[in-house]
Amino acid sequence: MSNRLINWFRFASPHNFYPLAGKMIPVFWALAAVFAVAGLWMGFFVAPTDAQQGEGYRIIFVHVPASWLSMFIYMVMATWAGIGLSLNARLSSMMAQALAPTGALMAFLSLWTGAFWGKPMWGTWWVWDARLTSELILFFLYLGFMALQASIDDPRRADKAGAIVALVGAVNVPIIYFSVKWWNTLHQGSSVNLAKSSMAVTMLWGMLLMALCFWMYSIAMALTRVRTIILEREAHTEWVKDLPEVKA
Amino acid sequence: MLSAHGLTCVRGDRRLFSDLDLTLQAGEWLHVRGENGAGKTSLLRLLAGLAQPADGDIRWCGEPIDNAQDYRRNLLFFGHHGALKEDLTALENLEFAAAMDGASLTLEVALRALQRFGLKGREQLPVRVLSAGQKRRVMLARIATRNATLWILDEPFTALDVKAVDLLSTLISDHVTGGGMAILTSHQTMPIPGGRVVQL
Amino acid sequence: MNAILAVARRDLLMVMRRKSEVLTALFFFVIVTSLFPLGIGPEPTLLRKIAPGVLWVAALLATMLGLQRMFAADHADGTLEQMAISPTPLVMLVVGKIGAHWLVSGLPLVLIAPILGIQFDLDASALGILVVALLLGTPLLSLIGSIGAALTLGVRGGGVLLSLLVLPLFIPALIFGAGAVEAHISGLGAGGHLSLLAAMLALAVFFAPWATTAALRIALE
Repeated sequence: MSNRLINWFRFASPHNFYPLAGKMIPVFWALAAVFAVAGLWMGFFVAPTDAQQGEGYRIIFVHVPASWLSMFIYMVMATWAGIGLSLNARLSSMMAQALAPTGALMAFLSLWTGAFWGKPMWGTWWVWDARLTSELILFFLYLGFMALQASIDDPRRADKAGAIVALVGAVNVPIIYFSVKWWNTLHQGSSVNLAKSSMAVTMLWGMLLMALCFWMYSIAMALTRVRTIILEREAHTEWVKDLPEVKA
Repeated sequence: MLSAHGLTCVRGDRRLFSDLDLTLQAGEWLHVRGENGAGKTSLLRLLAGLAQPADGDIRWCGEPIDNAQDYRRNLLFFGHHGALKEDLTALENLEFAAAMDGASLTLEVALRALQRFGLKGREQLPVRVLSAGQKRRVMLARIATRNATLWILDEPFTALDVKAVDLLSTLISDHVTGGGMAILTSHQTMPIPGGRVVQL
Repeated sequence: MNAILAVARRDLLMVMRRKSEVLTALFFFVIVTSLFPLGIGPEPTLLRKIAPGVLWVAALLATMLGLQRMFAADHADGTLEQMAISPTPLVMLVVGKIGAHWLVSGLPLVLIAPILGIQFDLDASALGILVVALLLGTPLLSLIGSIGAALTLGVRGGGVLLSLLVLPLFIPALIFGAGAVEAHISGLGAGGHLSLLAAMLALAVFFAPWATTAALRIALE
C-alpha cells in the first residue's frame, strides 16, 4: 500500500513528470480525435433540424462545449495554482500556467461562436446575454492571469501571485455570474436560450461528445505546454541538459 | 537562541547557498561576509522572516519563527532602505514606527535619542531635507529606541561618516555585551568583541 | 487596534502634506462625468437614464487611478518590510491602510457625487440612494482593488495590468450600485440592490485583507 503512495508523489517532481506526460500526450490526442469524429457526426448528421432555428443552431455543438470547458478549466487551473501556493509545489503551478491559454482559447471560442449563433437569430453580432457577458468577463480573468504571470520575471513569484489572482477570480466567478444574470433579467435582455427549443436527446449527446473531445484536447495541449514550461524553467538542471532533444 | 539548519536559498534559478547551519546565543554576534551577490542580503531576509527558504528551518528558542509570536517583538531589522517616510519629520517617523509595533515611545525618549545621534535642531524637519548621512542617523535613533534582543542589520555602516560609524559600533558593542544578539553584513572589519564570521 | 489607527493616521498625515493626490482623483471623477453629456448630447431624459451608470463607471475609474499608490511608496522606501516583520499582524496594518486609502480616494467621491448627479437632473431621493450606494460601494472597490495593488507591486506595466486584474472584479459592485439607483428611479425600490451591495462589502471586509496580505508577502520575498 505504501509503495503505491510513494509512486504517485514521485510524479510531483518535474523531472519524473516530464517523460510521463510525454507518454500520455498521444493517448489524449487520439481520444480527442475519436470524440471529435463521434461528436461532429452526431451534431451534423444525426441531430435533427431545429424547428425554430433551422440549421444554424448546430453551432451550439461547438459553443456550449467550449463554454463548459472554459469554466471547468478555470476551476482546475485555480485548484492547481492553489495547490502550488499552499504546498509550495512547482509542478502544480506550472500546470496552472499551462492550462491558462487553453482555457482562454475556449472562452474566446465560446464568445466567437456565440456571435455567429446570434447573428442569424437576432441580426446582431453581439447580444448582452447573461451567459455571453459572463463568458466575456471570464475571458478577461484569464487574460489578467496570463498578463500578470508574463509581467513577473521571477518564476516563483509569478506562480504565487498568479495563484492569488486565480483563487480570487474563482471565488468571484459565481458572484459575477449571479450579478450579470440579475442585470440581464432587470434589463430584459435578449437571450440565446437553448431551453426555448426542446432538446432532442441526440442534440444532448452531440454536445456531450464534443465536450469530451474538447476536454481531451485541453489535456493534450496542457501536457504539451507544461513540458515546454518544464524545459524552460529547469533549463539549468543536469537532467534537462542531458535530454536528447535539448542536446540536439 | 536563534538556530537555523539546512538553509537553502534559491533566487530565480541560481542556488545561492545550500545546507547552511548557524546558531546564535545571547551575547554573540555574527558577521556575514561574502562577495556581492553571494546571498548575504537573502540570508538576512530569511532570518528576519521576510522570505521563505527553499529548504531548511529557522527556530527562535526552539519554535519555528513563523509561529513564534515573540520573535517579531524581539527583532529589529534594517535592510538596504532606511525605512523612513520622507514627508514626515524624524520625530514622527520614530513615533509612528513605535506605534505600529504596538510599543509606546514618549516624546522625551525620542527627542533624546535623536539628539544623541547628532540631529539636535532637526527633529521637526521633514526627513526630505536631511542629508543622506543624517537620514541614516535617524535609523540609529530607531535602533536605540526599539527594545529588541536580536538585531539584523544589512550594511548598516553605509553612508555613515566616521563619527556615526563610531556611534553605531558602540551601540552594537553595548548591545552585545549586555546580552543582546546581532547579525550584520558589512564589507568593513568591525572591532566589536564576541563575533563569529559566517562566510558565504 | 492602536497600530491600525497609527498606520491610518500616518497615511492621512502624509496625504495632508501632499494634497495633490486627493484632488487628482476627484478632478478625474468630475471631468469624466462631464465627458458623457458632451459625447452623447444634453437631452435631459437621456441623461437621467444614463446618470447612475455614468457616475458609477467614473467612480470605478477614479478609484482605479488611486489604487497604485496604496502600497507603492511603502514598498519603495522599505516601510512595507518593517510592517511585514512588525509584531502587529500585517493583516491589521493592511486594514488600516485600506481604510486610510478609502478616506482619501473614496469618500470624496461619495461627497461630490450629489453635485454631479444634479448635472444629470437626478431628483433628491435618487441622489440620496446614489450616495448610500457609493458609500457602500467605494470601500468595496478599495478592498478589492487593494488585492490588485499588492499583486502588481514593482511589476512592469503596473498600472494597466492593475486595471486588467481589478476591473472584472468590480463589475458586480457596478451592477448593483448603478442598479440600486435605477431601481429607485423606476419605482421598484433600491432595497434589494443595497442589501446585496452591503453583503458583498461584508464579504470583502473579511476576505480581501487576507488576500492582500498574502500578495504583499509574495511581493516582499
